[in-house]
Amino acid sequence: MMNQAETDRLNHLCRQFRKDLIEVLHERQTGHPGGSLSVCEILTVLLFEEMRVDPDHPDRVDRDRLILSKGHAAPMLYRVLAERGFFPVEELHTLRKLNSRLQGHPCLLDTPGVDMTSGPLGLGLSVGLGAAIGLQKQGLSSRVYVVLGDGELNEGTVWEAVMSASKFHPENLTTIVDYNGVQLDGPTSVIMPEGDLKAKFEAFGWQVLTCDGHIVADLYDSLQKAKTITSKPVVIIAKTVKGKGVSFMEGQNAWHGKAIDDAHYEIAISELGGTD
Amino acid sequence: MAKTLREYYGEALVRYGKENDKIIVLDADVSGSTRSALFRDAFPDRHLNVGIAEANMTGMAAGLASVGMIPFVNTFAAFVTSCGLLAARTFGSYSKLPIKLVGTYSGMSDAFDGPSHHALDDIAIMRAQPNFEVIVPCDAASTDWAVRHCVETEKPIYLRMSRDVFPNIYPLDESFEIGKGKVVKEGTDVTVFACGLMVGHALTAAELLEKEGISVRVADMFSIKPIDRDLIFRCAAETKAIVTAEEHSVIGGLSSAVSEVLAQEGFPVPMEFVGINDTHGECGPYKELQAKYGFDASAVANKIRRVLDKKEKNGK
Repeated sequence: MMNQAETDRLNHLCRQFRKDLIEVLHERQTGHPGGSLSVCEILTVLLFEEMRVDPDHPDRVDRDRLILSKGHAAPMLYRVLAERGFFPVEELHTLRKLNSRLQGHPCLLDTPGVDMTSGPLGLGLSVGLGAAIGLQKQGLSSRVYVVLGDGELNEGTVWEAVMSASKFHPENLTTIVDYNGVQLDGPTSVIMPEGDLKAKFEAFGWQVLTCDGHIVADLYDSLQKAKTITSKPVVIIAKTVKGKGVSFMEGQNAWHGKAIDDAHYEIAISELGGTD
Repeated sequence: MAKTLREYYGEALVRYGKENDKIIVLDADVSGSTRSALFRDAFPDRHLNVGIAEANMTGMAAGLASVGMIPFVNTFAAFVTSCGLLAARTFGSYSKLPIKLVGTYSGMSDAFDGPSHHALDDIAIMRAQPNFEVIVPCDAASTDWAVRHCVETEKPIYLRMSRDVFPNIYPLDESFEIGKGKVVKEGTDVTVFACGLMVGHALTAAELLEKEGISVRVADMFSIKPIDRDLIFRCAAETKAIVTAEEHSVIGGLSSAVSEVLAQEGFPVPMEFVGINDTHGECGPYKELQAKYGFDASAVANKIRRVLDKKEKNGK
């Protein structure tokens, strides 16, 4: 259980992260707001509560690994990593600029704290599975956390990996779906209906946990519970809202990757509590 | 009975697997064909059969490499360089994770299975990936070296294997170096830059032409990327005629690699390409495919005669 003080602290951070994200994406006029806002609490709980990481030694072998398979949410990953101490928060302003360490999608070579490259969708679970097996083979106790988008589940490779995880079932792998229900072109239910996602994972031999992906205590509890399940792979389906926190972005596919104009920026910032 | 190239590969995996427990071998339900089954039998804990899922296999290899393992990815060349390509370019090429892709049954060596299973574009595809090395062994010794090189080198590598029996060119203790071709036969009139199956064919053609008084140099360009620029310049300068020979499309493979070097340096000499001429093949006996699609010893000999005609005309 997470205590109230810690819950308050994380919620406070998430508010700040959302505001800073809107600031940076408005300033840069490029980048993906919708999926960054939906994955905010997931990344915050992982990097501030759950994972064993060392910002002073970002490459140490015994760290836990995070694979943000939905790589277009890179701006939020960068914001959380910066707060965690991997690089200066001011560096966020270089997002997507020439010569920046903050590429449009995460690259493990460029950014301290980024454990894996992503961008092309559908590959992160395969990579996470390989990493988990490799860590286990070497007797390391590190865990691997894979964050998938729900639109990404359209990709067939995800299901190859889901099948393989059942066969190899490394106990050090936790998978989280940022289940925001919206992809670039529209609602997932329209673009490619995924039906009963829980039943699908279960049919592949997985255990499914569900939680509210914007309630940090709920996420934290689910992550703890996932670690106790060792007989089969576990996925946490975290129900989220695309564009969470900005009324006109919530649930709207139009804000998947749209630049934020001045008028919308003003509204968004005031909704998130104004500039500091 | 002589062994196939893939058999030598499987044996090499086992040999180096004994010395290095970071080596882990993945296969997509074709371990009997790739001969990674030899590794499975020796080290069952380090062999992952992922089923018929090449894209997932290549992604898993990236994850394994990211935590310090040395993953060998095994399936047919046609599939690892297509289904596996997205992961190979994202994690191997772009992210420099040292995954080792081993494409077996390359060229038309999976003769009877037909064009769906042939790989005539794999060198072109993998040569275009930044940071990848591309290696095409031609016999037992070079295959053994290539596997060792994969183990010892922290780079993504594409290793091209064949289903068939190739003649042994080198003594088993021969030494090789990445980026350095090997002159396997000296000659003064023309140089044949060959790889894989075509090294043996080039030597046969050279022998044939010696009887006609033509002196043919044969260089084994097992290291397609990086390519041996110095050797290409030296041979162009000394023999003033070049033939490239590969069991691959004439677009994007060894012929392109050699041409690019000479063109960039403004050093053109008469050239001819032995390879598959921008077409798919068909099923049939391997030797007959080689004859029909023009990548046997007599095809090499014909191209040598043609290039020497050009050289002579240039000289006039």
